[in-house]
Amino acid sequence: MTVPIEHGFVLVALLWAIGLVGLLSRKNTLFMLMSMEIMLNAGALAFILAGSLWQQADGQVIYILILSIAAAEVGLGLALLIRLRQHIGDLDIDKLDEMKG
Amino acid sequence: MNIESGQLLFYVSGSIAVLASLFVVTNKNAVHALLYLVVSLLALAMCFYLLGAPFAAALQIIVYAGAIMVLFVFAVMIFNINQTDIDREQQWLTWQSWVGPSLLAMILLGEIVFVLLSQQNWATNPSSVTQIELVDARAVGSLLFGPYLLAVEIASFLLLAGLVGGYHLAKELPKKTTTQGGSQ
Repeated sequence: MTVPIEHGFVLVALLWAIGLVGLLSRKNTLFMLMSMEIMLNAGALAFILAGSLWQQADGQVIYILILSIAAAEVGLGLALLIRLRQHIGDLDIDKLDEMKG
Repeated sequence: MNIESGQLLFYVSGSIAVLASLFVVTNKNAVHALLYLVVSLLALAMCFYLLGAPFAAALQIIVYAGAIMVLFVFAVMIFNINQTDIDREQQWLTWQSWVGPSLLAMILLGEIVFVLLSQQNWATNPSSVTQIELVDARAVGSLLFGPYLLAVEIASFLLLAGLVGGYHLAKELPKKTTTQGGSQ
């Protein structure tokens, strides 16, 4: 099977851009977390592509590390959202302007 | 250039991943968006398998589509998302406000695609992966616990920190600290 590597990177760019649009446009923090998952997956796909391009296992090693980062990020992020929901009773990111930044 | 079945499968699962991700981003209902996210992750697992990485594909299904998505579903269950949340998301998703930026972004996307397609020197072999070979779990494991041992240790520290932090953040607050925090 031959997949031109450019098409794979076009897929990576598309997925990453979709994740970024979701992260920037949604106000619900749960959806922002999901968009970050999409972006992380796009990065992982880039590493798998590079690994299959050079026929090395390094790409999959980095993929496993990305997977553990994503697991830790989701665990902490969802715990933060649960606390947020208890604290302000909402998931709206705009209600978190207490610091007036 | 004839299109083989594996190549066709790659394009189909890639477009499924893109479409499902689009639905995740534009969906108003959190549970529906989660279902589409699972579909997107499964399509990416199919891509990994077709690229000669069956171990990564299995991990994608077990860890991502299994464990992490279950975490999301439980969180959605705890959040108990109601109609006001859905209505507020609705006002950000009217299509009139998206036409102009989408048009400009499409031009930029076209430029990226053009640059990627006109690039002819990828590594040693031009323009394509000549023949995708299997990189099996044995090679990944021996590399993971050989040169990358320090990275594995650091990842384990990260997961431990995530565990402790998640426990600390999600546990019940004691009563007196909640009243103190509320008064400020």
